Amino acid sequence: MTTVYVPCDSSARSVGADQVAAAIELEAARLGAPVEVVRNGSRGMMWLEPLVEVVSAGGRVAYGPVTPDDVAGLFAAGFLDGDTHELGHGLTDQIPWLAEQERLTFSRVGLIDPLSTDDYLSHGGLFALRRALAMTPQQICDEVTQSGLRGRGGAGFPVGVKWRTVLDAPGSPKFVTCNADEGDSGTFADRMLMEGDPFMLIEGMVIAGIAVDAHEGFIYIRSEYPDAVATMRAAIETAYQVGWLGSRILGSEHGFDLEIRVGAGAYICGEETAMLESLEGKRGMVRAKPPLPAIEGLFGKPTVVNNVLSLASVLVVLAHGAQFYRDFGVGHSRGTQVFQLAGNIARGGIVETAFGITLGQMLERFGGGTISGQPVRAVQVGGPLGAYLPPAQFDLPLDYEAFAEVGAMIGHGGIVVFDDTVDMAVQARFAMEFCATESCGKCTPCRVGAVRGVEVIDRIVAGEKTAANVVLLQDLCELMTDGSLCAMGGLTPMPVRSVLQHFPEDLDRSEGARP
Amino acid sequence: MLSDVSQRHAPWSPDVALETIGAHAGQRGPLLPVLHALQETFGYVDPRAVPLVAKTLNLSRAEVFGVLTFYPDLRSTPPGKVRVQVCRGEACQSVGGHALARHATSSLGVDFGGTTADGSVTLDEVFCLGNCALGPTVTVDGRLHGRVLAPDLDLLLSNSVNNNAEVNNADVSGDLT
Repeated sequence: MTTVYVPCDSSARSVGADQVAAAIELEAARLGAPVEVVRNGSRGMMWLEPLVEVVSAGGRVAYGPVTPDDVAGLFAAGFLDGDTHELGHGLTDQIPWLAEQERLTFSRVGLIDPLSTDDYLSHGGLFALRRALAMTPQQICDEVTQSGLRGRGGAGFPVGVKWRTVLDAPGSPKFVTCNADEGDSGTFADRMLMEGDPFMLIEGMVIAGIAVDAHEGFIYIRSEYPDAVATMRAAIETAYQVGWLGSRILGSEHGFDLEIRVGAGAYICGEETAMLESLEGKRGMVRAKPPLPAIEGLFGKPTVVNNVLSLASVLVVLAHGAQFYRDFGVGHSRGTQVFQLAGNIARGGIVETAFGITLGQMLERFGGGTISGQPVRAVQVGGPLGAYLPPAQFDLPLDYEAFAEVGAMIGHGGIVVFDDTVDMAVQARFAMEFCATESCGKCTPCRVGAVRGVEVIDRIVAGEKTAANVVLLQDLCELMTDGSLCAMGGLTPMPVRSVLQHFPEDLDRSEGARP
Repeated sequence: MLSDVSQRHAPWSPDVALETIGAHAGQRGPLLPVLHALQETFGYVDPRAVPLVAKTLNLSRAEVFGVLTFYPDLRSTPPGKVRVQVCRGEACQSVGGHALARHATSSLGVDFGGTTADGSVTLDEVFCLGNCALGPTVTVDGRLHGRVLAPDLDLLLSNSVNNNAEVNNADVSGDLT
């Protein structure tokens, strides 16, 4: 029996993985070839999807991108024995794009059948949880703090410090919530982890529960991710059956219940307090802080709010020790970040690597330039609220502080590439338009400012009192930054200001700087 | 795990609505799960469901209405037979998303959020479907499609509309026998 992997990741499915899997089964049946098709997560090499892997004596051999029409040819060429074919890439693990990464958080994604508990255990699953069960809550918090792990959702707050705050906060019950409302365009790491290694997130949630003495958790997943919702729900059901959730986890005294909640299309619910409101069944309106959610969170109780990747990274910290994790990265950015190469890029996908690699290295070594073949003009890092950076800034190291210094941010690690056909005035306008659409409406700088921002940019582009309106736009950006309750209004000026700074010729068209 | 895409919806019925609400009323913070369940059952959240939800969950009608109208996913009117979402996020913009969005609105003759006059297609915009390395991205009846250009969208739409018509015809003939 030959095992053939065809991803069930929704990105792979979006370019025909289901049809390829069906075609392989059909052709195998026609030839009487003993083949077992296993649906794995994606290896994250999106330009090769659907990526088919055949388990050969020497290891897993990759073929891609495969269409249903290629399948008969692959069988004829002997792909079941790992033989060469024009779509072949040799051993998957030796593809340089993959081999040069440091996959800690994504170590299992794409390798295993996401819902197989055997696969999970044979690839290091539950190692961290078993260790956590032998530790006191304080020890877990301390170890996570020592690792230098910062929240991967965007804000970069130290995870261990947050947990310690919840542990020390008076009140009962306490909650662990996972923010899987991955709304930033250009980001898909949370989705891929949930679809490709769901037990990792469950294990992370249970460990967080032990660390803060909470026994109930919620994962808030955006509705745009139906496959992730389905996979997580199935994984939770299995986890209850095998004793990884419920009372007496792994026979210990600790109990933990976990539930999935689905969002409803509101970007603002990725903001932690809006997410808590949404979990409570309310409009996703941002709360004023303080009180911090760690003190008064879900239903007014002490609550951990962590991103998917933060919770998954905790497993690496506990399984290998704080020092191991700390040894990756630079400055105050420790460990690895799961970067996501997206947009107009030849080789897009998941690049997990230590902090400190420059943006340019990321784009050249991994990205391979634009897919259109045109030169890169701008790169937006950190989602819709992140800055647009010009090639002159590509020597910037991917590090929280280095980005902050130049008025940019790493956010959730999304890197969106634009070629030279982009109109940066359109992108600046879109930033304001997006804020106007997605603002929860609670505070005026965001609710009204975004609408005024669109209008002012329209006037600048139309050549109406350009100089005065640019000053007005700068002023508006300052007001929104300083006066908004949360990052929605507070960071919308970031992309706008970056366009003003780096691409002024696109706004002020009177100079005719662009063809 | 592959998500199950179902397009068949029940006609409005207060009894079915109450049953649906009741199935989710017991959990913490039940309102959003209840509204999702209603939409899954009927394809939209009928305004007639609002007082039923309010009474069951001991909320005011204003609170239910407020939540219903806050979230873009929740509809108060029945959707078209085929639902199309076009991603408007930056990653899709960088590979022709603007042009695809213009093509979608002009070829269907509706703005985003609208349903064609014959009720066949509802067109929505969405900000990111998490397929950012394989854009432009759309969904048709909940199925994700990457690397979609204007002709691909036309093909997806005509296939889906035709499939839908066949399903409906089959239903009709089934009723007659």
